[in-house]
Amino acid sequence: MSVPLITLLGRMTLAFLESVGAVTTFAGQAVRCALQPPWYRQQIGRQIMEIGYYSLPVVGLTAIFTGMVLALQSYTGFARFSAESAIPNVVVVSLTRELGPVLAGLMVAGRVGAAMAAEIGTMRVTEQIDALTTLSTNPFKYLVVPRLVAGIVTLPILVLVADIIGVLGGFLVGVYKLDFNDAAYLRNTIDFLQFQDVFSGLVKAAVFGFLITLMGCYHGYTSRGGAQGVGMATTNAVVSASILILTFNYFITEAFFAR
Amino acid sequence: MTAKISLSGVHKSFGPKKVLQGIDLEVAQGESMVVIGGSGSGKSVLLKCILGLMRPDSGSIKIDGEETVRLKDGSRDRIMRKFGMLFQGGALFDSLRVWENVAFGPIQSDGMAVDQAHEIAIAKLGAVGLGPEIGELFPSELSGGMQKRVALARAIAREPEIIFFDEPTTGLDPIMADVINDLIVKCVSDLGATAVSITHDMASARKIGHRIGMLYQGRLIWQGRTSEIDRSGDPHVDQFIHGRAEGPIQMQVRSL
Repeated sequence: MSVPLITLLGRMTLAFLESVGAVTTFAGQAVRCALQPPWYRQQIGRQIMEIGYYSLPVVGLTAIFTGMVLALQSYTGFARFSAESAIPNVVVVSLTRELGPVLAGLMVAGRVGAAMAAEIGTMRVTEQIDALTTLSTNPFKYLVVPRLVAGIVTLPILVLVADIIGVLGGFLVGVYKLDFNDAAYLRNTIDFLQFQDVFSGLVKAAVFGFLITLMGCYHGYTSRGGAQGVGMATTNAVVSASILILTFNYFITEAFFAR
Repeated sequence: MTAKISLSGVHKSFGPKKVLQGIDLEVAQGESMVVIGGSGSGKSVLLKCILGLMRPDSGSIKIDGEETVRLKDGSRDRIMRKFGMLFQGGALFDSLRVWENVAFGPIQSDGMAVDQAHEIAIAKLGAVGLGPEIGELFPSELSGGMQKRVALARAIAREPEIIFFDEPTTGLDPIMADVINDLIVKCVSDLGATAVSITHDMASARKIGHRIGMLYQGRLIWQGRTSEIDRSGDPHVDQFIHGRAEGPIQMQVRSL
């Protein structure tokens, strides 16, 4: 039996609004829990290691190749109207404003968001979350809050590292492939860089860190029905975090730079 | 004297599905109550309602005479402190070592020093027949029976006043099941705790229960002393304890 298109559209809209409401309630409860003790510092530390330290290789590799390809691509474009000297500036502005936070965010969403949803989802279906409650430990405070805090704190640091490695990638291609003078390349990079370029990127990173961990926790926490449910939670966590990152990226950019 | 646990008129539905349809139950201090019933009869939901993991749609649940259904977080924690729970699958935290699992309540919730909690964990592991060397392992390295015992040690680590057992013998061989039954009887009487268990294992029910109640279609259709269950006079109970496919309880399966 086929469902009329308009019915389908209505159902999808309702389902969408329902999940927006559920996520908002979840986030609200997490924030409320984050403001009251106890705080599980050990858990926060562990999550910072998990999200930050162990993501360094992935984010670093992404950043260096992005910086390299940026330099190469802008050269092929800019050489047509003799504007090669703008390359260092293009590389650093694109990285700090956009590509650093967005690519780091997407990589971390794939790496950490998925793992978080799988871990918390498994804890849900094996009743470990209920067990926490019966041991008088609020699962929100013990599981969700440390992850959110770690995400918000760690992503900006990761992005800062990505910015530096990305610029290094551009520098390597610029100097060794495109025959720039190394000192001139660095001076061009720094002279045109504004505080706001870096700052807006770090604000984005903090927001993305919140979104990634929120999606990981939410989908894991609400998963049900065994292995299949956990698998679905993992997929949903990564997809929704990625979409939210790209959406919020636009609006934060608009808030910073639109006049 | 007020009952330790007292339920009256507890209802719980999930959408159109009515799972609990008016449960009345009283459990006295120091008593071990076993609720039996088939799969899907609402046993787990009943336990979760008493524990406060689920909120019933209507009715009253009193612990030590105190109404718990609409409690706020702070008071809920105070009530939860009285509880210990043995989950069906153990529900051990797989990222923590065995002793950290047992010491979790004392350390995280009661703020006990780690050294002291470690000693308690080793003592509780000893109480369920596990040596201190087991404490250093991770739950995934243990057999099902050992996991159950660790879970029992965790449930009694804070010396709760009320202990809940969710299908304590499911998935174990008959000998290990009896070992767990013995441990449950011993732990409950050592602590002087009140116990509520749900199970469909009659051998276990007879061994650990002072009283037995039978849950069927969301109602407690019979309750009485364990010794009386063979003379219940209720055809549903008779069918269940003898495990007959024929009888008033129709399993919802299609005929072959």
